[in-house]
Amino acid sequence: MITTTKGLMDESLLDKKEGVVDNDDEHTRWVEYWHEGELVHRSVHVHLKRNVFSEGVAAMIG
Amino acid sequence: MANTQAMCTSFKGELLTATHNFGTAPIRAASTADTFKAALYLASATINASTTVYTTTGEVTGTNYTAGGVTVTNSTAPTTSGTTGYWTPSASITYGSSGSPVTLSTAFDCVLIYNNTQGSVGSRPAVSVHTFGSQTITAGTFALTMPTNDATNALIRLA
Repeated sequence: MITTTKGLMDESLLDKKEGVVDNDDEHTRWVEYWHEGELVHRSVHVHLKRNVFSEGVAAMIG
Repeated sequence: MANTQAMCTSFKGELLTATHNFGTAPIRAASTADTFKAALYLASATINASTTVYTTTGEVTGTNYTAGGVTVTNSTAPTTSGTTGYWTPSASITYGSSGSPVTLSTAFDCVLIYNNTQGSVGSRPAVSVHTFGSQTITAGTFALTMPTNDATNALIRLA
């Protein structure tokens, strides 16, 4: 069963679309379920690859 | 032997645990880790290095999304390796579940991690901003999986 905008629906009643985005920043998988041409479910899973980095400044005296 | 100018690696790790105070710091009620939260922002918002506190301006709204976002799981203490101090949430950050799916109809592309223990409501200090490809969610879930918690990949690194 799939959670949808119309409540729980049997997956067999839905058209499933999936996609992947992979780049230097992220690996993302998304899945959509459509019912009679209407988007009723979309979930996304993002794997963050890129972090935030603060480079320490060497202590300079003088 | 010779002396070498450096930022002490231990200091980098201790920055992540509030060991040092060069100015005026909050009075801590406990020595335990603070609670951190993760809020999502619209692609049209302006959240960046200049962001100082959590704000509702530009935050996503939608079914089963609560303003302020969700609590970040933090069961792994900051540490150091080589000359880098680092920290990563110890679990994925997830919005919605099968029993409580979220709908976020307006495109969003950013998560702000902020300290929900320090400051006060309306002035919770910001920690970091992470962007990703623009997304929407429809009666589903949104999960952010964390990078490997090491000196090269950790979510927050001081090097």
